[in-house]
Amino acid sequence: MRVALFVPCFIDAFFPEVAIATLELLERLGIEVEYPLDQTCCGQPVANSGCQEDAAGAEALFVKNFAGFDHIVTPSGSCTHHIRYHFDAIPQTDEVKQVRERTFELVEFLHDILEVDAFPWAEFPHKVGLHNSCGTLRSLRHASMSELGEPFFSKPLALLSKVKGIEMVTPSRPDECCGFGGTFSVFEEPVSAKMGYDKVTDHKNAGAEYIVSADNSCLMHQKGCAERLGVDLKFIHIAQILNGDNA
Amino acid sequence: MKRIDHAEASSFFIAEKENEAFHDKRLWDLRQKRDHQRDDVPEWNELRELASAIKEHTLSHLSDYLEQFEDNAKKNGAHVHWALDAEEHNRIVHEILADHGVNTLVKSKSMLTEECELRPYLARRGIDVIETDLGERIQQLDDEPPSHIVVPAVHKLRGNVADVFARTLGSDPDNDDPHYLSEQARVTTRPYFLAAEAGMTGGNFAVAETGAVVVCTNEGNADLSATVPPLQLASVGIEKIIPRTEHLAVFVRMLSRSAVGSPITQYTSHYRKPKDGGELHIVLVDNGRSERLGMEDFWTSLKCIRCGACMNTCPVYRRSGGLSYGGVYSGPIGIILNPTYDLRKYSNLPFASTLNGSCTNVCPVKINIHEQIYQWRRILSEHNQLPFVKKAAMKVTGKVLADPKAYRRTIAATDVAMEHLPRFLLYTRFNAWGKQREVPVTPDQTFHAWYLKNRGTS
Repeated sequence: MRVALFVPCFIDAFFPEVAIATLELLERLGIEVEYPLDQTCCGQPVANSGCQEDAAGAEALFVKNFAGFDHIVTPSGSCTHHIRYHFDAIPQTDEVKQVRERTFELVEFLHDILEVDAFPWAEFPHKVGLHNSCGTLRSLRHASMSELGEPFFSKPLALLSKVKGIEMVTPSRPDECCGFGGTFSVFEEPVSAKMGYDKVTDHKNAGAEYIVSADNSCLMHQKGCAERLGVDLKFIHIAQILNGDNA
Repeated sequence: MKRIDHAEASSFFIAEKENEAFHDKRLWDLRQKRDHQRDDVPEWNELRELASAIKEHTLSHLSDYLEQFEDNAKKNGAHVHWALDAEEHNRIVHEILADHGVNTLVKSKSMLTEECELRPYLARRGIDVIETDLGERIQQLDDEPPSHIVVPAVHKLRGNVADVFARTLGSDPDNDDPHYLSEQARVTTRPYFLAAEAGMTGGNFAVAETGAVVVCTNEGNADLSATVPPLQLASVGIEKIIPRTEHLAVFVRMLSRSAVGSPITQYTSHYRKPKDGGELHIVLVDNGRSERLGMEDFWTSLKCIRCGACMNTCPVYRRSGGLSYGGVYSGPIGIILNPTYDLRKYSNLPFASTLNGSCTNVCPVKINIHEQIYQWRRILSEHNQLPFVKKAAMKVTGKVLADPKAYRRTIAATDVAMEHLPRFLLYTRFNAWGKQREVPVTPDQTFHAWYLKNRGTS
């Protein structure tokens, strides 16, 4: 099984520890991971702004870097959503389609493909609130969503429940968007910040010490909001908890 | 036409802290009530499928059903008029009213008449139009459009309403008791029902097989407007057609549950025939709907039954208020409807969304709202309707992302900028991120650098 690691641009630049945790975790699980060095980004920031033609170069490069792997794993629900559902600025050749189908967000890969049943090295004795990004919740279907009234399920909670000492707490509006939304965070700054303030306050009121997510972009926004607001919360990517990183 | 600046308008809305907090809480409460009602209907998602299928079938046979509706309505004794656009609609309505010597028209809330700007049109021609539904009346007295398609004055606190009524109705400015305020509206509106020579409603559904217009309301003013004056008018968008009465068994079960979380509206009235000695005029209005029906990516937006569930669930709408969208329709449905009326004016709206998808999943007729928002962004870009700065930035970003070497240089430059720029430079009003948020601390090295150092070149 050839597995490639895709490290999204903002994780590469701002959160290398998340990529390191992802790499180490996959290796602990016995996977040989390759990291194509010429990778940049999936093109989402450009395509989400409506500039489809400007995303073509990034998409072509992505396919060049990741063609031929059995699985392409990334610690980002948002990027996975983009690659799976919107990555169509270039002609959809068999190679492109294959790369899109073989790209997995980390939680999906652990839960659905590897079916991991234990993380014996992981311990996290803290109260933790889970933030499902909107892409993972309503597009990748990590968890049941409150809109549909379907039977409860949650892939990230199923994984986190295998971590020793962890105590999950639930905010009053678990499915509410935190207001990051990519370029929304700067072009619609007033609403974005207000949503972020409301989100971190909701988690704090539920008793959380940490917020965990499969999407660090949401966490980056929420962390910025919490720090400015003076709300004492810490933020951690799910890869770090599952990898047993010391808090 | 000037572009609507949703971001700026939202900052004014958020600045009114008490209003914003109430607005968010009140609409979230409606969303939760909707969830509870949904749970009482085990076949909810099956109903959504059915509702969507009935609407898609009807829209793809629209001309046939419209003609069937016209035939049956005429057989019932109603007059049926066809209006291509808002101007023709207003002209037809005015002609009917003028022919009957109408000075005062009582009406119940109708988004279509808002869309056509009927009230100012008739006012200019000397006809008084009185809105009779409480929320819409408040908005009329305050000279503001509705901010929500179901609860038009939801952005106002009771104190705001007391101010409006004191100013316009002469009520006690210090009394903001809801019972007192609704009584003020009632006693000042009721006389108009008796004085008016004509009454007007919109229509939630128009049933092709019977020629009936169905109106769903809670306050009963639509019924008073329709039944008290001798002359009755109903303006109905052509997309409101459904083939058969039995289809109401699907839609009526979903409408009020989705809208306000009640099992059914207080009144569900079927208007078929003119009253004895009176007249019933039904105006079927296109106003851009046929054109939208021809738009491959957006035609399913015509399935909308105007329940407002997408607005109630939308975290952006709840924190920016309906008026910030600058159009007749607001919230997620407004984002996808308004650009069909004026692409340039509403070109910022598709960016007033985090694309979170909650709207799509509460929609009772399964409109893929957030996907249409995404699609509008592409259309706007193709029609050169993005601000120059954004367009230019995306062009440069696209080039950098396509070139590994340029990308590495840019990431390195970002590091340097973050480390060396003094804090006051990062947190100016030009830096939207830093205005209300801290920027992330830049790590010592990128993952890429860490990998090269620790894992060599594989």
